[in-house]
Amino acid sequence: MSDAAGRGLDPLARVVTTEGAEPLFQTGDTVKVAMRFPVGHYRVPTYIRGKRARIEAVIVPPAINNEDEGFGRNAGIRRHYYRIAIPMRELWPQYRGPENDGLRIEVFETWLEGDDT
Amino acid sequence: MSSQAHDHVHLPDASDALPGYYEIMETAIRELLVDKKVFDAGEIRQMLEVMDTRTPALGSRIVARAWVDPAFRARLLANGRAAVEELGIDFFENTQLIVLENTDKVHNVVVCTLCSCYPREILGLPPDWYKLKPYRARTVKEPRAVLAEFGTVIPDDVEIRVSDSTSMIRYLVLPQRPEGTQNFTEEQLAALVTRDAMIGVVRASAPAKEKSR
Repeated sequence: MSDAAGRGLDPLARVVTTEGAEPLFQTGDTVKVAMRFPVGHYRVPTYIRGKRARIEAVIVPPAINNEDEGFGRNAGIRRHYYRIAIPMRELWPQYRGPENDGLRIEVFETWLEGDDT
Repeated sequence: MSSQAHDHVHLPDASDALPGYYEIMETAIRELLVDKKVFDAGEIRQMLEVMDTRTPALGSRIVARAWVDPAFRARLLANGRAAVEELGIDFFENTQLIVLENTDKVHNVVVCTLCSCYPREILGLPPDWYKLKPYRARTVKEPRAVLAEFGTVIPDDVEIRVSDSTSMIRYLVLPQRPEGTQNFTEEQLAALVTRDAMIGVVRASAPAKEKSR
């Protein structure tokens, strides 16, 4: 037995999760840090904005969006932080150290975009 | 001049200077929060008491335990905060802890470019240089040069990983256990683990050589 959408009757298979409960990205995904410059203090240093990165780990548990909560918005919606890896040579084209050297930093989901290029 | 003999110079009282802008701002916000009963003066004092017990000695014990107890080491690397809490050390910030393992192939170093995020629960207050702009700006740009200035030269075949601590995560570097320490007790091992080794700017100290007679 299944409904019109092909889903079985198992209630576990029919659960719809709340917004932000499931991470948008998975370990190994390639992403890009958003190139945005909103007014105010944001925990995304400018030197990583617009840079390509690889998701190294999904950080659990999900956390509230501090940047919205700080302005009294959001009211508790949670999303994930990700530990992302960016090669030094991606950050600094002039970097002269070994190719493997890299940066790790945690970034909130709203600052990451998928990168298929 | 007093007739009493003085063989040392007295520093001026710290309270001689008028409070600066940020000091006045801190006092004003603190008084407002106390007035609004967000917390009381006793809680501030108690938090200072908590901080006084948090020193790099805690981190050293955590590292030494990881060196002698492979199961603890595995739990520490899997979930730093949970493993640290096992030892009775609580976290007072809403943060997680990632423990970064140094190996023959990887050297980790920690920085906070935006301010001074630091695992205060297990290392206490950060050193001044950690909070200053040269360390914060240069460590993410030329980590090998910064490490060399601490006397730590990392060979080119060892990957450098700089962790920039900016929001929810704090980092502890798990240094490599020095050679020649097979017979050391956990306590002797802890003595080799300095604050700087747990930030990643130096390696764990080599054991002192036996003095030749």
